Amino acid sequence: MSKSKRSHLKNTVKESLRMALEAIRDNKLRSVLTLLGIAIGVFSVIGVMTAIRTLETSIESGLNVFGTNTFLIQKYPAVTIGGHSRRKYRNRRNITYDQFKELKRRARLPIMVSVTDYSGGQTIKYRDKQAKKNVYLQGGDEGSLRTFNTFIGDGRNITAHDVEFSRRVTVLGMDAVDQMFPFEDPLGKIITINGIGFTVVGIAERKGKMFGQSQDNYVLIPITTYLQRYGKRWTSLAITVEAPSAELYDKTRDEVIGILRMIRKVPPGKENDFEVVSNAQLIETFGQFTGGVKLFALAISIIALLVAGIGIMNIMLVSVSERIKEIGIRKAIGATRRDILIQFLTEAVFLSEFGGITGVILGVLGGNLVAMAFNIPAVIPLDWVLIGLAVCSVIGVGFGIYPAYRAAKLDPITSLRYE
Amino acid sequence: MNDLITLKGVTRVYEVGTEKIHALAGVDLTIRPNEYISTMGPSGSGKSTLMNIIGCLDTPTSGTYEFEGEPVHKMDDNQLASIRNRKIGFVFQTFNLLPKLTALRNVELPLIYANVPRDERLEQAERALRRVGLIDRMNHKPNELSGGQRQRVAIARALVTNPSVILADEPTGNLDSKSGEDIMRLFDDLHEAGNTIILVTHEEYIAKHAQRTLHILDGKINEDTLNG
Repeated sequence: MSKSKRSHLKNTVKESLRMALEAIRDNKLRSVLTLLGIAIGVFSVIGVMTAIRTLETSIESGLNVFGTNTFLIQKYPAVTIGGHSRRKYRNRRNITYDQFKELKRRARLPIMVSVTDYSGGQTIKYRDKQAKKNVYLQGGDEGSLRTFNTFIGDGRNITAHDVEFSRRVTVLGMDAVDQMFPFEDPLGKIITINGIGFTVVGIAERKGKMFGQSQDNYVLIPITTYLQRYGKRWTSLAITVEAPSAELYDKTRDEVIGILRMIRKVPPGKENDFEVVSNAQLIETFGQFTGGVKLFALAISIIALLVAGIGIMNIMLVSVSERIKEIGIRKAIGATRRDILIQFLTEAVFLSEFGGITGVILGVLGGNLVAMAFNIPAVIPLDWVLIGLAVCSVIGVGFGIYPAYRAAKLDPITSLRYE
Repeated sequence: MNDLITLKGVTRVYEVGTEKIHALAGVDLTIRPNEYISTMGPSGSGKSTLMNIIGCLDTPTSGTYEFEGEPVHKMDDNQLASIRNRKIGFVFQTFNLLPKLTALRNVELPLIYANVPRDERLEQAERALRRVGLIDRMNHKPNELSGGQRQRVAIARALVTNPSVILADEPTGNLDSKSGEDIMRLFDDLHEAGNTIILVTHEEYIAKHAQRTLHILDGKINEDTLNG
């Protein structure tokens, strides 16, 4: 393209932009309604993508529920998505304390094998002060605090002896401390759990919230005591295993799975009758989930944008037939077909782009509101913003080209006479 | 002096359904620079078609049309648009201004299509508005102007590209006689200043302003007279 031709094009586009702005300004309500369609389509995709992105970015740190190099063994999968019903897992045998003890005795590689179970809805009291119902009772051992990713803040941890002798001692999470001991030092005090007394021997450090949920709302007691007093027929324990290093993680996992299969007498060739849950797997499962949501949002947005595109086409066709006279005048004073084409195309692209930008802004704001609700730092999914705006341009051109073409090929004499 | 416009054996046939309408049936016409011509004829005589062809809005079915030596009858749409843009200034009976643009923007429009840079554009548009005596109303929209003023804006728009010919199709048809006279005086001035002007009119007294009058009848030039 020659230089003058290029400058001509630039000039045309610049002028078309100005004309587009004038046209949009002259038809405010109609333009706003049209670009609202685009805005909603873009909003839905950007909003969902932003929300998912904020969750994703926090997943790396957030979903490391267990410490590094740890994995969890339990009866049910951590997250189930579609397809598999819980029935498949319900018939599995429970994981018992004896199985845990046997595993702990035989496993060589793990640096820690710890057991937990929890139940909610217990009445936990200190004198007249009762912990809220969301404080749950946690049975565990000396390793449990470590699996919660926290430490003893004051007093002492639960020991192997406490577990061995089923002692009635407890370590409190900070929520339980806040609720039952607002003005007192809990150490040495006796709380009751369903009427049974337990001596507070330690307080765990505060962990704070994740995804809007407290991680300090527990009362930890020895697992043996827990099973004697609060165990149910269907109680199945969760075993947390920590490998010595990242390198030995897979080996440790294999060893533990092998031993547990032996203990639970799983015939060779049959699949495990327990679940091994790792951070990596949780992230993967979460990824599957978000992938589904993304696809859904994408499908909805495509439909919304398609409808919006048809809206733009409709408006542009109306706009063309309203402005036949104007097109005739412009042609009479020297506008070429291309000038007219570019003018109307610019208007369509401008409308959809304006809608797109509105949608992006609303979407990023909306998505980050979700992030704020979960206490996650805000993000702007730049790739999706760009994709969204690019799609808007495509829609503007795609649905604007036909009306623009109709305008461009109008005969100057007939359109000049048009009233 | 070279001829500005040369038509030879120009015909224009419209097909309406199966019927053929001979709007122009062989027109020969030569117009030299700085001529002041009026065109008269009853409606349906073909004078509008002739003006459309001279104005490069339409092309002849047969015959040749040369504008400053260039063969218009062979031109494509883009070339015609370019001739209209640079060489011809239109003034219409109904003014045909864009209602949502100010006078200045209306006058500026042909220069946009001529790809004139913005500063130059504004300068030329203002000069044209000053020429028609409307510089103080340049930021008004057409509906804020009187009929005569609107037609002045239209004339400014026709003038702004410095065209070789100004085509005016019943320019006073929608004006009261006072404004009409003002407009005709403006055309006279423009002619004085060296412009070529072709008018279409029904009124004898308007036609008298021109030096030469063409009478069109049944698609032909019936009479071609020089005025006293």
